[in-house]
Amino acid sequence: MTFDQILLLGSIVIPALASLFLFAGLGRSEFIAKNLAYLGFGFPFIAGILLFIRFDGSAGGYCFEIFHPRMGLQELKITFHLGLNGVSSPLFAMAGVVGLAAGLTAIRSGTERLSLYLALLLFMQSGLMGLFASVDLFFYYLFHEFALIPTFIMIGLWGGRDRRSVALEITIYLTLGALLSLGGLVALNVMVDAEKFDFPSLSVALASADMLESTQFKIFGLLLLGFGVLVALFPFHTWAAKGYETAPTSVSMLHAGVLKKFGLYGLIQIAAPLLPDGALAWSPYLLWLALGNVLFVGFVTLAQTNLKSMVGYGSVMHMGYCFLGLGVCSSLGAGSAVMLMVAHGLSVALMFLLSNYIYKRSGTFEMNEMGGLATKAPILACFFVAASLATIGLPGFGNFWGEFGVFLSLGENPDHRVFLILAALGIIISAIFGLRAIAKIFFGKSSDELNEHAKEKSIIDLCPGEILPAGIILSALLLIGLWPRGISDRIDIEIGNRYEKVNFVALSQFTPACCLPGGEVENKENNQSSPNLLKKAAQFDANLDH
Amino acid sequence: MRILIIEMEAYLNFSNTNLWSEIWPEIGLALAAIILLGIDLFRKSTNPSVSTGTLAIAIQAGLLVIHLFDYLVWHHTFDRESFSGMLQQGIQGDVMRTFFLLSSLFVSVLGRQYLKTKNLRSGEFHHLTMLATAGLMLLVQSNNFLMLFVALETVAVCFYTLVAYNRDSAKSLEAGIKYLIFGALSSSLLLFGIVLLYGVGANPEAWGASFVGYDTQDPLGFHYLGNLLEANPDHLLLRAGVVLIISGIAFKIGAAPFHIWVPDVYHGSPMPITAFLAVSSKAAGFFVLLNLVNGPFLGMAEFLLPLLGFVATFTIFFGNLAACAQQNIKRMLGLSGVAHAGYLLVAVMASMQFAGDSDRAVWVLFFYLFVYLLASFAVFGVMTVARLNDETEQEFSNYENLAKNHPWLAFVLVSGIGSLAGIPPFAGFVAKLLLISVAYEAKLYFSLAAMVIGVVISIFYYFGWIREITFLPKPSFSDGDNDDEIQDPWVAVPQMGLFKFCMITLAITSIVFGIWQGPFGDAF
Repeated sequence: MTFDQILLLGSIVIPALASLFLFAGLGRSEFIAKNLAYLGFGFPFIAGILLFIRFDGSAGGYCFEIFHPRMGLQELKITFHLGLNGVSSPLFAMAGVVGLAAGLTAIRSGTERLSLYLALLLFMQSGLMGLFASVDLFFYYLFHEFALIPTFIMIGLWGGRDRRSVALEITIYLTLGALLSLGGLVALNVMVDAEKFDFPSLSVALASADMLESTQFKIFGLLLLGFGVLVALFPFHTWAAKGYETAPTSVSMLHAGVLKKFGLYGLIQIAAPLLPDGALAWSPYLLWLALGNVLFVGFVTLAQTNLKSMVGYGSVMHMGYCFLGLGVCSSLGAGSAVMLMVAHGLSVALMFLLSNYIYKRSGTFEMNEMGGLATKAPILACFFVAASLATIGLPGFGNFWGEFGVFLSLGENPDHRVFLILAALGIIISAIFGLRAIAKIFFGKSSDELNEHAKEKSIIDLCPGEILPAGIILSALLLIGLWPRGISDRIDIEIGNRYEKVNFVALSQFTPACCLPGGEVENKENNQSSPNLLKKAAQFDANLDH
Repeated sequence: MRILIIEMEAYLNFSNTNLWSEIWPEIGLALAAIILLGIDLFRKSTNPSVSTGTLAIAIQAGLLVIHLFDYLVWHHTFDRESFSGMLQQGIQGDVMRTFFLLSSLFVSVLGRQYLKTKNLRSGEFHHLTMLATAGLMLLVQSNNFLMLFVALETVAVCFYTLVAYNRDSAKSLEAGIKYLIFGALSSSLLLFGIVLLYGVGANPEAWGASFVGYDTQDPLGFHYLGNLLEANPDHLLLRAGVVLIISGIAFKIGAAPFHIWVPDVYHGSPMPITAFLAVSSKAAGFFVLLNLVNGPFLGMAEFLLPLLGFVATFTIFFGNLAACAQQNIKRMLGLSGVAHAGYLLVAVMASMQFAGDSDRAVWVLFFYLFVYLLASFAVFGVMTVARLNDETEQEFSNYENLAKNHPWLAFVLVSGIGSLAGIPPFAGFVAKLLLISVAYEAKLYFSLAAMVIGVVISIFYYFGWIREITFLPKPSFSDGDNDDEIQDPWVAVPQMGLFKFCMITLAITSIVFGIWQGPFGDAF
């Protein structure tokens, strides 16, 4: 086993072991519990970053592969197969980053039955790392369930208002989604006569035997419906905001930030490239539904006065852009969607974290009962403004590149212009609710309720322990925003390979030169292949400088 | 003289096929049952419950181990008929014999605990359990309707008594009467169906039935009827007979529309017997159904498939929807068992669709049954040790805060419920996955859709229960000292080594099979 493989396996096994130790009762001493948790959240973070750096995606395909054919059901051709490719490696690193931030928050939270809380969260973290690291589709699904089940329990045990009914609702809803997608995966397993049930074998098998379009339509439909419920696609989104509002902060961060990417990851990595005809046939419906996410949920977000539910609905709304990118069925669209997934995961987690900080200071999530916090907590205000701007999609943050790419991909096809125009409205909507939240919380006069609360407990600014998790996420967001090439290159190669059948312009061709360290040589090549796009990008770049 | 020789041959054939060694587990079990009864009879009645129970457990565990060695290690001869074609030994039958021995062992473990707390006599209990198991083991090897009916009645008579075993409880007696009436009805349906088949088949001019060889001449034998039905799939009387036989079995497995007895009988019977009914009785019904539809009734597959499909869908929906409305946990489990019967019927249909091409669906069904056994005994085991005034009246509220007060009981219970609900990492998930995959391969899309919807509905009540166990209780609005504080039924859970060991083994096995199927994965 090489060093990389140890890192990959360790990032799944170490949190799981830490969790088992805590379950077994080692966490009676708070000291041990906390240190185990530091280990369990720290290792995936370090492994994620190291593997991200050490990843060599120039050839495409999977790196750091671990393969055990004897584990898993032989009958269904399931094998234990881990590895990272260009799409999963940024998401894997993102899961490590968000996991560490959520873990640090949880360790500091001082909730009752802390060791159980940490044990469940570590279990979830192990599932999340495994989800993005698995090549085999069954284990991909299994790790998702490992991450999902602690969510229900944690909402039920440490949740806020209505936790019992919300936990039940979210369980039923997500089980439906999970079972539908399982049905789709089983259908894929049965219909495709592949050697193994992992991604490379399936694509090899599908390349040799063309599947009927009607079959593809059905299987893709099942997967879209199942994954759509899990990602909160428009008509199935009602569970999401409610769940996030009720869940404890760390769970909201991990679920909205990382776990919800499961479905989209599955659609982009598995469904669309394997079933291109199905994806194309579903694309118009998908685009309309995604628009429902952007506009309908966007308007719902506008109406929220509760900060946490606003963040929850906002996260659902922005998933619409990822779906739009997928629905375009081009490598640019899909690549931008992956980019947006990474950035969205970070920004949403940051927003939930900051909402929690605000709650600790104001004692409420109602935005009307706050105001003027900026004078008392300037660092918090800085963070919140930065996070809101990132969510809106301002250049300089990762979200910008994702959303920008999605819009570009929509613009490529004249049929999609109408979606482009309507989706662009979403930017205005998110700007309205983002800026309004900043204004209501941090500026203006502080409300009477806040003054009352301040009398009991004086409002202080962020302490270093609180800055650390927020800082980690924010710096990751800024890094992606300023140097998107680090991610986009590998996404480009992988998605380019995958979407050969639906050949479109690659993602990284619009990455502006200023963001690339030593990127001139590559840019020349891009220049030749697609001068038009580069011009667009340069134009945009010029606007940036002004 | 010639006649004499023919008769001599017939006699020799008859005596040569009496392979008593083939049914040694049944003989051993029945003998042990009688010895147990004898010990109980001639013993001073101080401390009546413990020793017979321990003895029964030891005997059954020993038989189980030897039986496993017999066919897994020593490779006892498979696949032959014995007792003039009355019985047929095979690998599938042997797997099911293991299943029943295992199930009976757990019933004894639960029963020992139950009888101790209820202060009931234990000799008869274990005697009847072991006799019923011997009957079940014969049932799954039967190759002739006569044998099938006799074995089934042996089992049924034992069950009538066992259901009413708690003589002090009106509910138990009521359940016994109900089970007797419904059991008699189902037996009579089955018998009437057999008679119809016999009536047509025994006609010397029965068209299409072959008369080759001695063994196949019995018009109640499965071979003979298989040929008959294959040649006459449209015969009205034969169809009526087949439908009646399947109705009789549907009673045993609790498939709609013959499920009416399930909630009531489950509710009233003693806890270990509820588990026995839920696991062994149902599994036997399924194995017999499987044997029939893939054996003698295969010729009527085209007629039976839509019928079974309708029954399966109806069973899944009825079981799940009715279980949602239950407050009493035993009734809820009974109705959820009805839903599980529906899922298993889908596997039976898949095996018919494959029709001899592959027996994958059969193994999937076995795997599901084993997983169901592990989960059911975990759940019923924990329910057995609840100390309520009336142990049949268990409600969700009795389980509040169990995880906090008794972590190991909660762990066992949650693993059982999780496995029944099909949540990973429990074995139930793998079983459901396999079931979905065979159903998909058999192109049973409609039943598959019903199954998926059913599983989602079932989350409501299973998760509702888990919620009570693990989550903090609802805040109570009574102010101050509430006099009628609900007593924690788990307070006086005694230290019980064997029981605890068995329960934890069940839970861990459930989890291990959910993650690593190992040799079971290869068996398919």
